Amino acid sequence: MTASGRHPGTIGAGEGALHHPDVDFPHAAATALADSQLRANLGHATATIRDKRAAVVAEHPHWHGLRAAGAGIKDDVLARLDVHLEELERQLQAGGATVHWAADATEANTIITELVRATGATEVVKVKSMTTQEVGLNEALAAAGIAAWETDLAELIVQLGDDAPSHILVPAIHRNRAEVRQVFLDHMASAGIAAPADLSDDPAELAAAARTHLRDKFLSAKVAVSGANFAVAETGTLAVVESEGNGRMCLTLPDTLISLVGIEKVVPTWRDLEVFLQTLPRSSTGERMNPYTSFWNGVHPGDGPQDVHVVLLDNGRTDVLADTVARQTLRCIRCSACLNVCPVYERTGGHAYGSVYPGPIGAVLTPQLRGIDTPLDKSLPFASSLCGACEEACPVAIEIPDLLVHLRTKIADEAPRYDLQKAAFKAMKAVLGDPDRLARAERGTAVARRVLSRSGRVAGLPVLPSWTTTRDVPDLPERSFRAWWAARADVDGVDGDAGPCAPGEGS
Amino acid sequence: MRVAIFPTCLGDAMFPRAPIATVRLLERLGVEVAFPSAQTCCGQMHLNTGYADDGLDLAATLVDAFAGYDHVVGPSGSCVGSVRHQSADIARRRGRAAFADDLDDLAGRTHELSEFLVDVLDVVDVGAFFPHRVTYHATCHSVRMLGVGDRPTRLLDAVRGLRREPLAASDECCGFGGTFALKNADVSSAMGSDKARHVVNTGAEVLVAGDASCLLHVGGILSRQQAGIRIMHLAEVLASTEDEPALVATP
Repeated sequence: MTASGRHPGTIGAGEGALHHPDVDFPHAAATALADSQLRANLGHATATIRDKRAAVVAEHPHWHGLRAAGAGIKDDVLARLDVHLEELERQLQAGGATVHWAADATEANTIITELVRATGATEVVKVKSMTTQEVGLNEALAAAGIAAWETDLAELIVQLGDDAPSHILVPAIHRNRAEVRQVFLDHMASAGIAAPADLSDDPAELAAAARTHLRDKFLSAKVAVSGANFAVAETGTLAVVESEGNGRMCLTLPDTLISLVGIEKVVPTWRDLEVFLQTLPRSSTGERMNPYTSFWNGVHPGDGPQDVHVVLLDNGRTDVLADTVARQTLRCIRCSACLNVCPVYERTGGHAYGSVYPGPIGAVLTPQLRGIDTPLDKSLPFASSLCGACEEACPVAIEIPDLLVHLRTKIADEAPRYDLQKAAFKAMKAVLGDPDRLARAERGTAVARRVLSRSGRVAGLPVLPSWTTTRDVPDLPERSFRAWWAARADVDGVDGDAGPCAPGEGS
Repeated sequence: MRVAIFPTCLGDAMFPRAPIATVRLLERLGVEVAFPSAQTCCGQMHLNTGYADDGLDLAATLVDAFAGYDHVVGPSGSCVGSVRHQSADIARRRGRAAFADDLDDLAGRTHELSEFLVDVLDVVDVGAFFPHRVTYHATCHSVRMLGVGDRPTRLLDAVRGLRREPLAASDECCGFGGTFALKNADVSSAMGSDKARHVVNTGAEVLVAGDASCLLHVGGILSRQQAGIRIMHLAEVLASTEDEPALVATP
């Protein structure tokens, strides 16, 4: 239990996830790297979406201003989150919605399960939602005998294949169309209307099969479950942006609509959407505008759902808020731009991160929400070369590399006193922190060069297999810079140890 | 103008060619260079692995060594990046506000080599001669932490005899990342192999970059693959002249 009273370990990895909290990122990544089909699928998909994003960001005359505005709005919200949430609650209630508060995943699942049960429905249709995946809602509903059908095309592919999502926006990014065809042929029939027996891997045919399958769900479902991209406090309006129209179907056709919304999704005013409705589509799908933007506030008699519920979810978010350095993590609008530009994500895919939030943002968000307790969660902040591509792409300017280092520092601070790596870095510091010891170590390097290899090139070192499996050890230099400088100074007859106070410096 | 060289611990111990070339280049351009030998390491590796206090203690050696110098020049985007954009912030988080002010002062005087040449010395043609085909890898911290932009390629393009081949995905990370190369060796190698493939595809004889660490990583892969491509630091190319040519020996 943490200070907020929640149970750690409530962030799921998605249905069918194979991850285990004892398997750290490097080991999970090794499995992914060995899958050449996965590497090809990911490389192709991320390159395509990266180029699209780059083009629509470059053409925008005020991108940097929008980015700063988005960060500013979110920071203001986070500084007075309680005030904005209470206003949101008041306005939602004024519109006829019922507001629920969930401290953690268990509470959220219980509230939603009871709401569905009260309607008598045994199935619900779902709008793509990260928060419902985060709390493992589908599994909780299934345990209560309620079938939750994903209606986003990629989520449908993942659900039918008993697979786990590997991307925030494109959860089936690890699948190519031949694999999608096979999933549809094998699994659609058991979930409802079957795929045509002569289905090809033509994208239009695949989409048509999904449309037929889903239309049946839309027309029969009495209850829909969604998340929300934004929640406007002053008007009590929820917003969902999407590309396929499945969300619009779910948000308008059923009698009951239940939305699970993270507390950081609140924005103060309607006008704030001006910023995010420009930055989100350009950053996520690389479009200037997303095809469907749905807004709803409460109940309108005779029009749309007549029983509207909003569940506001904490699940670790207030713990993140309490860390003034890492608080900016909560600016995230789940666009996935950081995943698409990340050279690590591009090569491992999302499953290695063991969370519904993969990639750079997942590497900072997951350990904060879930707690830094397991080998997996302790390894996530290190799953980055700190190259900075994520921060550059982030539409709300989250300083992800800085936050990764902040989390690494937390991990090191909490490590046991006799930790092996800590001891190694202490030993290194003892050498690096003292010019004389460093000079002696450098002379040792020159000796090692003569011992290890006549040519100076070393192909394999037993103590460093993680380097030498794929890389030659560098040619060791004959002498260090320090030694070169001293020798040169001797020749020139000046003090080689020149400092600002030494006469004859800088020969 | 009091100018000190900051060879970086890696450059000092493992890749002295880069700081030596930096000294020769700057002296050729009429700059008097000092090496305050009390300096050791900027602490970046410790800071980035989470050992904040140890890293800051190492950074303190730079604060002391470079006191009184107008300019500190380092042939490394990464180490200069840590001095300029990392250590003071971390010092403040650790409650060392006065030390953070000292680090800020040092940050304001510290330059990556290409920045010092173009911005402080106001020179793009450094009078170098290097008759070889090269390709340039834009290292992450030089591009995204420091924002060196096109300074390195402008400097290279002014070198007589040099032919620069464009590198695909030039500013994508090579996969070194300090301890990342060891902690996530498989991912690091996958990234490095892709970088090496792009380098080989250029047909260049020499891979040039502004960071010894990245060069040693990609160079280790190129060497293992017997690709026949040599690695050189930007400083080595810029230091090369007709009278004192840099050797482009077998890789």
